[in-house]
Amino acid sequence: MSFRKASVLPGFGLTFGFTTFFLSAIVLLPLAALVLSAASMHWGDFVRVVSSPRAVGSYRLSFGASLLAATINAVFGFIIAWTLVRYEFPGRKIIDALIDMPFALPTAVSGIALTTVFAQNGWIGRYLEPLGVKVAYTWIGVTLALTLISMPFAVRAVQPALQEVQRELEEAAETLGAGRLYVLRRIILPTVLPALLTGFTLAFARAVGEYGSVIFIAGNLPMKTEITPLLIVIHLEEFDYQGAAALGVVMLGISFVILLAINLLQAWGRRRHVRAAH
Amino acid sequence: MAAVLPHGALADDAVTRPGQHTWMHAIVRWLCITISLTFLAAVLLAPLATVFAMALGRGLAAYLRSFADPDTLAAIRLTLTTALVVVPLNTVFGLAAAWAIAKFEFRGKSVLITLIDLPLAISPVISGMVFVLLFGLHGWFGAWLQEHDISIVFALPGIILATMFVTFPYVARELIPLMQQLGNDEEEAAITLGAGGWMTFFRVTLPKVRWGLVYGMVLCNARAMGEFGAVSVVSGHIRGLTNTMPLHIEILYNEYNFVGAFAVASLLTLLAVLTLIVKTLVERTGYRRR
Repeated sequence: MSFRKASVLPGFGLTFGFTTFFLSAIVLLPLAALVLSAASMHWGDFVRVVSSPRAVGSYRLSFGASLLAATINAVFGFIIAWTLVRYEFPGRKIIDALIDMPFALPTAVSGIALTTVFAQNGWIGRYLEPLGVKVAYTWIGVTLALTLISMPFAVRAVQPALQEVQRELEEAAETLGAGRLYVLRRIILPTVLPALLTGFTLAFARAVGEYGSVIFIAGNLPMKTEITPLLIVIHLEEFDYQGAAALGVVMLGISFVILLAINLLQAWGRRRHVRAAH
Repeated sequence: MAAVLPHGALADDAVTRPGQHTWMHAIVRWLCITISLTFLAAVLLAPLATVFAMALGRGLAAYLRSFADPDTLAAIRLTLTTALVVVPLNTVFGLAAAWAIAKFEFRGKSVLITLIDLPLAISPVISGMVFVLLFGLHGWFGAWLQEHDISIVFALPGIILATMFVTFPYVARELIPLMQQLGNDEEEAAITLGAGGWMTFFRVTLPKVRWGLVYGMVLCNARAMGEFGAVSVVSGHIRGLTNTMPLHIEILYNEYNFVGAFAVASLLTLLAVLTLIVKTLVERTGYRRR
């Protein structure tokens, strides 16, 4: 049989059959319905829906805030991962476990909690208000919510890579007179760069699609603080299924292109890394 | 800055050695810890503390009273029902997929793995929308379903389907790499010695992967109980009927019933804490995510 190699173990037919059946029924067919719904639109209608000013405004917010959140997470994720890997301090294990909190915490809970903390009279919002910084119900709030829910991706991607940095290499460099910044730039950053990019990608991908935590803090004004997933929901509530499907397809497409670009960047980083090692 | 090696670093009488800048290390260390803790306190700990502060803001009695609301109880019941259906189904799927993928070599395996992971890359709103497009009133099967008086969207089946979609990969993606790494030697030995397929699975494979299984199921359950976007699209938000806990939080919050909203939120927060504890305990057995 050319499809699979022979094995003494039983159960291939059963498990493979069940896997493909279940996958098709729950994931693939529904997704095909989405693409076909969008494809059944007239081209003109499709373009009109996806290029309306309201839609374009929502792309700008969704993708802009997600890029910003992923960047913030790349920076703080690196610092947090560094702190957790390199330093011993009281409560380190608890902090380490807490990093995964945004994965475990339902998004609606993060949404209402963040809004309450950063509202005008909230614990943190009241100190930002006199400074003229409005977080809740602005794009800053959107970015904040996206930062929170995608934070673990960056930390968890960088952590194992930092553990792998060879301390001997750093010590050798320092013995030879290199300063800490030089070591950071030439030894540590190149080693963790691919992981950092992976973390950035995952954080971005998660942030773009996020809905639950954002709608509470965003204010949801069309053109201003309305994310694309919310616009999809609005189309669905108006029973405009095709419009919703069109926006969904655009979102999938843009995410796919950005992820592809970042993956290529990553492959380039790996090649460079391998060449430098030889 | 120290962009290049200092001239004559090695020739100098005093050779620079690690440890010489201990005061600088101390400052950097202090700075890193402070930045990390401040960041986490602002975006993570403050919101968590707020949940309980708001829930208990009017006292314990008001907190407990909010659980007497029949709509809240119905939401809790619906969330538990959904998780009770979804988690076992996705567990069976995860075990089957891991067995097929880890135990056998076949063409197109990496495509299959990618397709299983697909729901993780898709917006929850789109995950819910696909079922509306299929089963909604104006969807593909909408007219047929209405003729036969079957409701999927805006009812329990839709909520279960959407939840199943978003939690689909959770068990499989823990088990596939784990089983691949543990290899087939024991299973092959068991089969050669005359054990049946099911016996081999229950007596050899299942004990080997048990911690990965627990890990995946716990994460799957947390997501199933907490899912908002996908379920929001298919639920129809009928109070006491199709509102899960996260959706009920939204309704109470928008009605300015903050004690009620945060009381339900506090339950889900406790669930999240419990999830993290189980996860940490599993990791302590030596289980590592791959």
